[in-house]
Amino acid sequence: MSKNTEKEPLFSAKNLRLLTDPLNEKNPVTVLVLGICSALAVTVQLKPAVVMALSVIVVTAFANLIVSMMRNGIPGRIRIIVQLVVVAALVILVDEILKAYVYDVSKQLSVFVGLIITNCIIMGRIEAFALGNKPFPSFLDGIGNGLGYGLILVIVAFFRELFGSGTIWGYRVIPESFYMANGGFYENNGLMILPPMALILVGVIIWVQRSRNRNLIESN
Amino acid sequence: MKALRKYLDKVKPNFQKGGKYEFLHSTFDAFETFLFVPDKVTSRGSHIRDGVDMKRTMIMVVLALVPALLFGMWNTGYQHTLSIGESWSLWQTFFFGFIKVLPIIVVSYVVGLGIEFAFAQYRHHEVNEGFLVTGMLIPLIVPVDVPLWMVALATAFAVVIGKEVFGGTGMNVFNPALTARAFLFFAYPSYMSGDKVWVNGLMAGNVPVDGFSGATPLAKAAAYNQLPSAYDMFMGFIPGSIGETSTLAILIGAAILIITGIGSWKIIASTFAGGLVMGLILNAFAVNPFMEIPAYYHLIMGGFAFGAVFMATDPVTAAQTSRGKWIYGFLIGVFAVLVRVLNPAYPEGMMLSILLMNAFAPLIDHYIVQANVNRRLKRAAVAAKTK
Repeated sequence: MSKNTEKEPLFSAKNLRLLTDPLNEKNPVTVLVLGICSALAVTVQLKPAVVMALSVIVVTAFANLIVSMMRNGIPGRIRIIVQLVVVAALVILVDEILKAYVYDVSKQLSVFVGLIITNCIIMGRIEAFALGNKPFPSFLDGIGNGLGYGLILVIVAFFRELFGSGTIWGYRVIPESFYMANGGFYENNGLMILPPMALILVGVIIWVQRSRNRNLIESN
Repeated sequence: MKALRKYLDKVKPNFQKGGKYEFLHSTFDAFETFLFVPDKVTSRGSHIRDGVDMKRTMIMVVLALVPALLFGMWNTGYQHTLSIGESWSLWQTFFFGFIKVLPIIVVSYVVGLGIEFAFAQYRHHEVNEGFLVTGMLIPLIVPVDVPLWMVALATAFAVVIGKEVFGGTGMNVFNPALTARAFLFFAYPSYMSGDKVWVNGLMAGNVPVDGFSGATPLAKAAAYNQLPSAYDMFMGFIPGSIGETSTLAILIGAAILIITGIGSWKIIASTFAGGLVMGLILNAFAVNPFMEIPAYYHLIMGGFAFGAVFMATDPVTAAQTSRGKWIYGFLIGVFAVLVRVLNPAYPEGMMLSILLMNAFAPLIDHYIVQANVNRRLKRAAVAAKTK
């Protein structure tokens, strides 16, 4: 680190963009189409989705930070192994914490917390960003991408829980008296509980996003 | 008729470029071409135009659906009288069904066409005619007691997700009517299967008379061997979705489609063949009552005939090549019977197998075309060598 370069403010415009870009035009789920698998699996209800989003934010942020700190010391040929060790350690840490403090949610998430290791977003950000940037921007990039992923997860989970179970965060939103069993007219949508609907909802989000932001549309 | 034409000509400038209601151009256009044969003349290129445009094609299919529809209305009433143990006159029976079925048709058309018009306006397209058929198919493949808001939701889903996201009529991968049914089947299974939904009134709590069961033959075949006679199933005196019960009415529709050249007889024939072959194979290895039922029963039970005639032949989602049509239809028949028999949790294998083959149709076409290209290349190479 040379001392003659001018010190960049901690939250310069450039650094802030690292946080905000992944929320919209560089969103890892809707634009890069990464991490779809877990987006389908954990979004039946809002609570697990939020926990999952937080876990991914923590893992991407710290994995980016740690790998970025070690980036000059990692031999290029074995870097994937080293990155995996870092990510795996963080995921196990997150998993243990979830088991200790939110056991029921941890049970609902089951293997998907462990599978954060294989989430393409994490490896993608490490390879594409952390290996070539300083620790602090890498950390922000990790948080930003985790947030972008979490945002989609929460939107999808919100609709799936609302229409699939009639609840939000476990609290009943659609009154019991609306249901046919109680003489009403309403019925929960069973398709919302099934994984294909998550895929369709992600597709709809992509559709809405692209019709609002036309530079995302491919030119062919 | 003349007065109508005059009126249309009078208001037409309002809807053309620069007119007051230019933004409603596609809506006007849709109504005009719906009422009169379009007077469009090609100005360059090919001058040969078929008088049968897409609207006439679609109307032909709707006409072919009429026998199944009328029978379905009568059968709705008939099953209701059976369940309450009375016997009504023909007209009474028919009128009862008419009153029950009409709202479903209206809801399907209003919702579907509403969305189609909105999209056409928004995208400045012409209004597509494809929904004329879809809007008639949807009521025919749902149980009579399905709540109307579910029909509306399923129609909206089918038109938006099944069709408009792909670019509208002619671009869809999956048959929109079946998309609607699949949506209903997975979203509201308790209203799409079981032994109460198929006969009007049972859902509302009417207790049927002794000895009457509202279960469809498909549901019975899975549980115990107590099927209605083949004659009843062929004629359609059985509980089921509104338009699918009568194989006879469907075959009349098939005749209309084949004679007018609108439906592909290759697909219809190969679908039936596929179902029959698979039924025979299952017979040969039968280990349970469902596998033992005669193979031809599969063709007259449930939605097999309806699917083969009106769904599999959908020109947009079916295979396009001639040989591809044979393969496509045959596999639909095979998978339909396979799903039915080996997974009784999904009694309506026809829906699933058509949707599956819809997804595979482009692949089938691709390989048929490639095989043809390769064969010709080889022939050309041989010809070049012998020269």
